[in-house]
Amino acid sequence: MLRVAVVRFPGSNCDWDAYHAVARAGAAASFVWHRDTDLQQADVVILPGGFSYGDYLRSGAIARFSPVMQAVQRHAAAGGAVLGICNGFQILCEAQLLPGALVRNNRLTFASRPVWVRVERTDTFCTSAYARGTEMRIPVAHGDGCYVADADTITLLEAEGRVVLRYVRGENPNGSVADIAGVSNAAGTIVGFMPHPERYADPLTGSDAGAGFFRSIAAWLPGGAARSTP
Amino acid sequence: MKYRVHVRIVPRAGLLDPQGQAVEHALGVLGFTGAGDVRVGKAIELAVDAGSQDAAEAAARQMCERLLANPVTEDFSLTVEA
Repeated sequence: MLRVAVVRFPGSNCDWDAYHAVARAGAAASFVWHRDTDLQQADVVILPGGFSYGDYLRSGAIARFSPVMQAVQRHAAAGGAVLGICNGFQILCEAQLLPGALVRNNRLTFASRPVWVRVERTDTFCTSAYARGTEMRIPVAHGDGCYVADADTITLLEAEGRVVLRYVRGENPNGSVADIAGVSNAAGTIVGFMPHPERYADPLTGSDAGAGFFRSIAAWLPGGAARSTP
Repeated sequence: MKYRVHVRIVPRAGLLDPQGQAVEHALGVLGFTGAGDVRVGKAIELAVDAGSQDAAEAAARQMCERLLANPVTEDFSLTVEA
């Protein structure tokens, strides 16, 4: 069974949601504390949403230097899969595992509502269950979700098809460049996005439109990627 | 010797600064019509133990590059006092 480690930082608050979504999809979920450096041989690491370290300095800026992130860096460098959701996306950008940065929403409001997003990259460990172009409503809940990067980086991301999720036109809740909701590395092994599919992964919470992300993970075959070692 | 370091961090020029825009709007509402181009950043003060002022500045610069400022979105400047 595929093993998924959900990292908990002080201030993580979507950790149980992610755990539940993973378990419901049929993978083996476990928690890893931010002081740990052992990822328990996980195939996939999820950095969940929340407000790690109180969002002090910048969202994700302190978390990226936590002990567990050294292990996540090694896991990622060995080709291991990493998914950052919301605060997890901010941490991946701060850690320079993904390009760009997330800054304050353009209208200064905390955006907390379901928005329409489109899946644009499906050859990743967490989006393979969707057809390219699939549109669905997924909740966002963030104050610092405006994706920015320099023009060359945006051009590169578009040319290489690394925009994984994009807000449907008119739905962009934060002013992100090119309506970008999530991006990946070139190989598709590191993915980060602002929307919270784990909140729509069970009909109990109103929709299971986001369950496909976790079904993708559960069905993923790590292939030649090396498993993480402590 | 201890040096006092003042770090000034502002959003990179050209980057949208919604906080600056909101403050600029509020200043206009208050009648300060001459105020414009408002940027909101942050100031960080710290004491650095170093052998010289240059060494203190070099250390502070590294702190900014690695943690205090985000090179993608922010510019920083430093002043160092004995």
